[in-house]
Amino acid sequence: MKWDEFFVTGDPMIYGADVSIVLTMVGILFYLTKYKKWKWLWDEWLTTVDHKKLGIMYIVSAVLMLFRGGVDALLMRTQLAVPEAKFLDSQHYNEIFTTHGTIMIIFMAMPFLIGLINVVVPLQIGARDVAYPYLNAVSFWTFFIGAMLFNISFVIGGSPSAGWTSYMPLASNELSPGPGQNYYLLGLQIAGIGTLLTGINFLVTILKMRAPGMTLFRMPMFTWSSLVTMVIIIFAFPILTVALALMTFDRLFGSHFFTLQGAGMDMLWANLFWLWGHPEVYIVILPAFGMFSEIISTFSRKTLFGYKAMIWSMLLIAGYSFLVWVHHFFTMGSGALVNSVFSITTMAIGIPTGVKIFNWLFTMYRGKIQFTTPMLWSLGFIVNFVIGGVTGVMLAMAAADYQYHNTYFLVSHFHYVLIAGTVFACFAGLIYWYPKMFGYKLNERIGKWVFWVFTIGFNVCFFPQYFLGLDGMPRRVYTYSEESGWGPLNMVSTIGGFMMGIAFLILVYNMYYSFRYAKRETTGDAWDGRTLEWSTPTAMPPFYNFAKIPEVTGLDHFWRQKQAGKVEKLKVEDIKPIHMPSNSGVPFIMASFFFVAGFGMVFDWMWMAIAGMIGVFATLFYRSFEYDDGYYVSVEEVIETEKISK
Amino acid sequence: MANKTVANEHHGFPWKHLIGFVLSIVLTLFALWIALETDLSMTWILIIIFGFAFLQAALQLLMFMHVTENSTKSNLTSRVQIGNILFAAFVAIVIVIGSVWVMAAGHAKHDKHQHSPKTENHENHGGGSEHDSGEHGSHE
Ligand code: HEM
Ligand SMILES: [Cu+2]
Repeated sequence: MKWDEFFVTGDPMIYGADVSIVLTMVGILFYLTKYKKWKWLWDEWLTTVDHKKLGIMYIVSAVLMLFRGGVDALLMRTQLAVPEAKFLDSQHYNEIFTTHGTIMIIFMAMPFLIGLINVVVPLQIGARDVAYPYLNAVSFWTFFIGAMLFNISFVIGGSPSAGWTSYMPLASNELSPGPGQNYYLLGLQIAGIGTLLTGINFLVTILKMRAPGMTLFRMPMFTWSSLVTMVIIIFAFPILTVALALMTFDRLFGSHFFTLQGAGMDMLWANLFWLWGHPEVYIVILPAFGMFSEIISTFSRKTLFGYKAMIWSMLLIAGYSFLVWVHHFFTMGSGALVNSVFSITTMAIGIPTGVKIFNWLFTMYRGKIQFTTPMLWSLGFIVNFVIGGVTGVMLAMAAADYQYHNTYFLVSHFHYVLIAGTVFACFAGLIYWYPKMFGYKLNERIGKWVFWVFTIGFNVCFFPQYFLGLDGMPRRVYTYSEESGWGPLNMVSTIGGFMMGIAFLILVYNMYYSFRYAKRETTGDAWDGRTLEWSTPTAMPPFYNFAKIPEVTGLDHFWRQKQAGKVEKLKVEDIKPIHMPSNSGVPFIMASFFFVAGFGMVFDWMWMAIAGMIGVFATLFYRSFEYDDGYYVSVEEVIETEKISK
Repeated sequence: MANKTVANEHHGFPWKHLIGFVLSIVLTLFALWIALETDLSMTWILIIIFGFAFLQAALQLLMFMHVTENSTKSNLTSRVQIGNILFAAFVAIVIVIGSVWVMAAGHAKHDKHQHSPKTENHENHGGGSEHDSGEHGSHE
């Protein structure tokens, strides 16, 4: 391979990206060295096993990925704004929609939610950390390395261009030659390890580490939704793992699982992809439902309406989510019986979802609603998500889907559920728990601007796409003719897209503004909350979370304590030495070896892949023989941290 | 946060894990050998490797997944275990039977016969043959 094949050449935008990447790297290295931050970086972040810090790193990465995916989106919208535009050529356009979709789902939505789960769930259940803190660090670093491996594709070797669904035979060696598609396979595979480990980790954490008295049916709704999500992750992600491995075999070692030759079955890829893919959409929506439940209940000053109905509908969704996958390829033509069955299961899944919508409405009914920004996002969610759900049921009718499939109607549907559901929740949750993470709130006035600009922009962008779809505009086309008549609505859509971009910039500005000027929280209870995470005496909980593990007597325990005027004060006698896990650099090093191995596989340099895997196994081996039972935080240190007088 | 009692139970050489690990690899290699190196008929190959697959699944449940351990500690734990196993069985059945059904019904089955001329027999179609024949026009 020559150097000009190794680096992507020829496009001024790519050169611009090269320059900015190099400058950013130099800037970061310079900053770290000048201010002697290397040790701080290593001790506080790279080796941490603290769920709160890992959560923050997840969220920071997710916001960066949101930026990257957002730039992709605006490039696409610019190209589509007018008919026959020459801004992007077809190959470049294909690469951009592929990386956009993959990054948004796998490297933005999932880590954003997992980050918030990391920060919040252990606090909500009154635990000091997750069940396997070390494994949690492995999860984060494998996710991060997988994301980085995927992201460098556009400057080194070329990006994948077969869509986030990567259907065969398009994604085969014949039709997608070069390393691009391998980046997809390896990036997702490595990040998938992290996701699966997170699934196991939080399942065990929620089942085993709850504070005394917190029975399953006393858990906050966000914790419940995380629990159900973890179950879906554990059962759905292995399907993706296997499918990716089989396609990797096809591409690198000449097997014929999904190829056209050698009795391969190309549609079996689609089948396996969606067997994972539909549960995946519920993985990214259930935590969102959980967050909205918390926020709506907090700002309506009422206990969640229909707590048990919410839980049962989530459990139903978890089961159902494995029974609907064929609705993504009705047009494959499995015949009337198959399509009818999956049509019905798909419509049925709308029922538990509808139940939840009514529960939120009844929670607000007669509540004293406070229109804070997290609440605004939640209200925006209810309205817009319903539009997405209704169009989903339209798509679920197999016969009608022959018309809608692969058009902008579908594109609009999934953006209405994914943006108005998942992204709104990420924003709402970020703002809501921001004081827990950083000790101050984001500015509410600027936050409301973000909400309105984003929500209006979102509707301006995606609502017209329903009509473009009905008018026959296919998805994944890089341009269209003047005569098609799709020009005006596309222009409108592009304007909406840029409004969302502006809203994102205001959000980032708000982070800076609030960092500079926001009033620092003096208590742990920034919003007059209901659940245990708000019960810590300091705004940001200390690394051990709770000096004394709370005893829970019912749902909304902290709220009821406050109502009764019986919030417990920490007493010196209650403090005992606290057992905490030690930091470790091994997860970071292990993930770095995964990068080497993955990079080698992408370019089919087996020597490098093998070297990387040896490194991975060496770190596993090292860990197996490392006996580290953690350490104890002394009573004095706890007293010191909690600032209580003897 | 290592729980002391759990940690102690696991001391000593993990023979169970080692045997499970080696047997899993052997069974996999054996399946590969049957499929690649023997000239048994397709049906027999399938039967044998499916047999190996079930054997390996059972082995892993026994050796790694503590399937025989029952919890006397709490009611919740055993309920969770049972729920887990049932859900796993449900998902596995859906994946396998569902995939076979979906891939073998209707037009999907052409997938296997990309290059053979049109030889499908209509009895095998998943139900509505009027519907199927209606589609042929666009398919060809
Ligand atoms: C009321 C519930 C829902 C129903 C009935 C529904 C139905 C459907 C159907 C039938 C399709 C396939 C249409 C086609 O390809 O022609 C589809 C696509 C899609 N849905 Fe939904 N959906 C629902 C909720 C959701 C949720 C909650 C999410 C994610 C948060 C979601 C994300 C997606 C995505 C990403 C696609 C398209 C994937 C692709 O082809 O690239 N849906 N939906
Ligand atoms: Cu789906």
